[in-house]
Amino acid sequence: MLKMNNNNTQPLEYSTEQGRMNILGFWIFIGAEIMLFGTLFASYFTLETRTGSGPAGAEIFELPPVLAETLLLLTSSFIIGLGIHAMRLGRKKAMMTFFIITLILGAAFLGFEIYEFIHYVHEGASLQTSAFTSILLTTLGTHGLHVTFGLAWGIVILIQVIKRGLTPQTANKSFIFSLYWHFLDVVWIFIFSFIYLKGMM
Amino acid sequence: MDFFERFLIPHPSPIIYASMAAIVLTTIAIIVGLTYFKKWGYLWREWLTTVDHKKIGIMYLISALLMLFRGGVDAIMMRAQTSMPENTLLDAQHYNEIFSTHGVVMIFFMAMGFIIALMNFVIPLQIGARDVAYPRLNAVSFWLYFMGAMLFNLSFVIGGSPSSGWTSYFPLAGSELSPSVGTNYYMLALQISGLGTLMTGINFIVTILKMRAPGMTLMKMPMFTWSGLITNIIIVFAFPVLTVALAMGTMDRLFGTNFFTTTDGGMDMLWANLFWVWGHPEVYILILPAFGIYSEVISTFAKRNLYGYNSMVASMVVISLLSFVVWVHHFFTMGQGAMVNSIFSITTMAIAIPTGIKIFNWLLTLWKGKIVFTVPMLYSLAFIPIFTIGGVTGVMLGMSAADYQYHNTMFLVAHFHLVIIPGVVFAMLAGLTYWWPKMFGFMLNERIGKWAFSFISIGTCVAFFPMFISGLDGQARRMYTYSESTGFGIWNMISFIGAIGLAIGFILIVYNIYYSTRYASRDVGDDPWDARSLEWATHNPVPEYNFAITPHVNSSQALWDSKKNGHTLFRDGLKEIHMPNNSGVPFVMSVFFFIFGFSFIFSMWITVIASLIGIFACMLHRSFENDHGHHISVEEIKRTESEVRGAKNE
Amino acid sequence: MKMKWVMLASLFTLLAVLTGCEPLLVLDPEGPQAQTQANVIWISIAIMSVIVIVVFAMLAYILYKYRASKQSDSYEPPYIKGNVIVESLIVGIPVLIVIVLSVISVQSNYKVEATPEGYENDEPLVVYASSSDWKWHFSYPEQDIETVNYLYVPTDRPLEFRLYSYGPITSFWIPQLGGQKYAMSDMITTLHLAADNAGEFMGRNANFSGEGFAENTFSVEAMPQQEFNDWVKEVKQTADPLTEDKFNELLEPGHLGQLTFTGTHLEFNPPPQGHHEGHGAGSEGEHNDESSSEHDAHGEHESDSGHADETEENTEHQH
Repeated sequence: MLKMNNNNTQPLEYSTEQGRMNILGFWIFIGAEIMLFGTLFASYFTLETRTGSGPAGAEIFELPPVLAETLLLLTSSFIIGLGIHAMRLGRKKAMMTFFIITLILGAAFLGFEIYEFIHYVHEGASLQTSAFTSILLTTLGTHGLHVTFGLAWGIVILIQVIKRGLTPQTANKSFIFSLYWHFLDVVWIFIFSFIYLKGMM
Repeated sequence: MDFFERFLIPHPSPIIYASMAAIVLTTIAIIVGLTYFKKWGYLWREWLTTVDHKKIGIMYLISALLMLFRGGVDAIMMRAQTSMPENTLLDAQHYNEIFSTHGVVMIFFMAMGFIIALMNFVIPLQIGARDVAYPRLNAVSFWLYFMGAMLFNLSFVIGGSPSSGWTSYFPLAGSELSPSVGTNYYMLALQISGLGTLMTGINFIVTILKMRAPGMTLMKMPMFTWSGLITNIIIVFAFPVLTVALAMGTMDRLFGTNFFTTTDGGMDMLWANLFWVWGHPEVYILILPAFGIYSEVISTFAKRNLYGYNSMVASMVVISLLSFVVWVHHFFTMGQGAMVNSIFSITTMAIAIPTGIKIFNWLLTLWKGKIVFTVPMLYSLAFIPIFTIGGVTGVMLGMSAADYQYHNTMFLVAHFHLVIIPGVVFAMLAGLTYWWPKMFGFMLNERIGKWAFSFISIGTCVAFFPMFISGLDGQARRMYTYSESTGFGIWNMISFIGAIGLAIGFILIVYNIYYSTRYASRDVGDDPWDARSLEWATHNPVPEYNFAITPHVNSSQALWDSKKNGHTLFRDGLKEIHMPNNSGVPFVMSVFFFIFGFSFIFSMWITVIASLIGIFACMLHRSFENDHGHHISVEEIKRTESEVRGAKNE
Repeated sequence: MKMKWVMLASLFTLLAVLTGCEPLLVLDPEGPQAQTQANVIWISIAIMSVIVIVVFAMLAYILYKYRASKQSDSYEPPYIKGNVIVESLIVGIPVLIVIVLSVISVQSNYKVEATPEGYENDEPLVVYASSSDWKWHFSYPEQDIETVNYLYVPTDRPLEFRLYSYGPITSFWIPQLGGQKYAMSDMITTLHLAADNAGEFMGRNANFSGEGFAENTFSVEAMPQQEFNDWVKEVKQTADPLTEDKFNELLEPGHLGQLTFTGTHLEFNPPPQGHHEGHGAGSEGEHNDESSSEHDAHGEHESDSGHADETEENTEHQH
């Protein structure tokens, strides 16, 4: 239910009953997402060595683009945190600036990832090559799709903040979006450690 | 013409042509009927766009009942085919399609639909809420489930049904060995309805955690609500695994990936593992709400409080945890070795402990009670012995060395039907009969109900007990025929007779609904069963806003306390009520999902992209929409309340 | 009430049939593994019957005693929250039962996964049993012969079946000799059996494998070693050699009768390299497509018992 009883002792995004429920619901959704990526990781570890006639991870992984992606995503996660901080201080302009930087970094990440995928295909590691490449590209691709969706979502939220200002609703949406973005960052840290670093070692 | 050839059925038969004709005629009849009676507007306003949890619950119920009959027809055909050795009613391909769709329809679209129907209708009422946490999302959930079900059923007449079993083991289900689109239907339809189920899971967890009436602490929730909470937690953690497995299966079949193939490193066992990592918790997703219903019904008709409330809750928590660590028992015979089998054998048998606690708690609830044998109570009482047999044979199956002999045989089929039918179907029928007056304002006829009960409970025993014997005699499951020398004939014939009994029982239930709709008294009061929990504290039929005044709760049986112990439920005065608005977007979005799924199945990528754009447009619309719902004024509440009372006094 | 009697009656019919004159295949063992499994089944049926009878009796008694029609109108059932002793009992007794069953289960697991009892000192006869849609191929590397859809085995010698599949997952099952095990395309699974007595047994694929599944059966004949040797000799003299072309022809989906060949397909179409024992699915590093020619067709390099395999696999698992 959309109860509107404003509660001033809490941050704007928590100020309505519906807002609080949305945040809780989103945490539960993140629980489901953890299971989703957990399943992908479990499958990855199972199929990691089953390279068939295709290349193994060590043969195709390249450190520079991966490091760049990691750096971009980590920074963006930090910056969206600044954005939420600005939002809590009621500084709409600053918040929007931080959000825009976040999205730009996200887009740059995506650019590198697309480059990386093209590189893999050139190296003879396409989606169909082997069980290993299938699960590798599916796991990375699932994360990449999440980032892509996040970009679109972030833009939509920005437009709403511009049009409506910082209301309990837009603040709530922005906060939930930041949770999502942090979550993608956490997933990436796992991808970086357990797919790339482990694969290159 | 190449384009249209893909829609043809690979193995047509008169049954399929008849179904095609029936589907077309029914569709025309529905369209003509709606137009003639000018009901399009009513349908759209009151049902297709509704976000009311009660109406959504009823739509789930109708869909689940339809699916029950679809799956039931499959079952009867299977039993008929195997009732005699060397029978030629169905050929191998049709038999394979039918047992595959029977499993899928019964688990995903009947049982899941049914439990979500009852959760939708009952839980918000039981916790004294006005709706669920996200009413709009709830509508999306329903329509996704519905579209998934419709999509799956379409396979029968367009393109051919899946035929590799409800478990769809690869490589059998891969594109090489199952080239028809049947398994694509399986993958896409389950994906779409699974998405809906996941949303339901999130929605109900938040609803139960955040929207309980004042005073209702977690340990004062009615047992059905507790079971709902735990079920939905399992849903949230189990369904993503299915999502991934189905996505991989789809990619293997359509994009040539190598997850479960037999070449290039693919691993068929990965599917089996992922499927059952989801599949075993799924069993408890179905059975826990059923346990909740039995707890409500037994306590109501034993006229006693539920015995051992705390241990009931604890045992459900334990079951939910164990449900995630037993999946290997579905393939003890895959060669994991004695060590792994031993571990999973022990975890499997350990589930019997919390389940046993529940059985004894129900028995102790009956003890010193004042037992009334109503139809819901009869189902609950028959559940105890039949489920006990199903349960102890489950423990037998859990002994992995012996499972080498039970696995893939009719013994297993007997076991899981004797768990799922009393565990889920009886509970759904008990719940349906029990909450029917709350849903529709009149009772189902008890006499017809008892007849239906007799046919169903005896039919269940007759249909499935012989399978224990033929299983131990070496009859593998999923065999479309067998020779006379095997001696399986007699047991399968008995099974068929039992199946007919079950069918008669279900037909009687339909007749009962028809009969009671026409003749039953509408004057049943708000609390016809003399029940204990909050859903009976509001009017019949339930007003849009559920409770005019939010109730105050003091115990897990607040209504009972207000009736017997002088507890005051409604203390505050009337206040303006805020309610969500209806919306057509969930329905439209699900239609896009349907088109998306259908085009994906047939690899029609242009429509896939177009429908995806449609889906995102709906999400965008939702995001920008400024919908704050509407308010019901005190005047209007007073009017509604007096109308309801007035109707009651007639 | 009548439900209870129907159920009790059916239970007794069930028991009567189980113990009746025409023994059911699974409960009519002809080998030590099937015997172990039949014993486990009987023990569990016995323990489970006790539980079932207790529950039925309690339910019947309570329903009879506390039914509303027998009580006065003024009777108000008491409010009983719970009782620590009662609740400990309903937890404790099931825990004890599960412990007992676990011990039985674990012991029997190790029994059925090892060389059959009483045969530990004999050299097992290795038979590669592979399935294709919808047939079984039996390769006898030691004898260098191959059969389709029928299996001759000597009595009083342990049998070690190495199972794999040229198609969907199948399950190799001879109920009277022992329980089943899967045959899969990317690894070998091992099933240890033995036949105590001579006789003809039913064998089949128990795992659904598509259109021809129902007829995917084979016959098993156990005979004394001497007779078995005679049969091998006869096959060597009369049967045609199995060529690669012929074998590929046999692999085509369909049903075949019983066929006999000299030579096995193991030379030109070696089984998958991976073994599957001692650890969970999903951690094998073997790739079937990398199968090298070093495969030993006579299976003697492969370790002789499941336990040896297990340690081998476990070390492999660690890196």
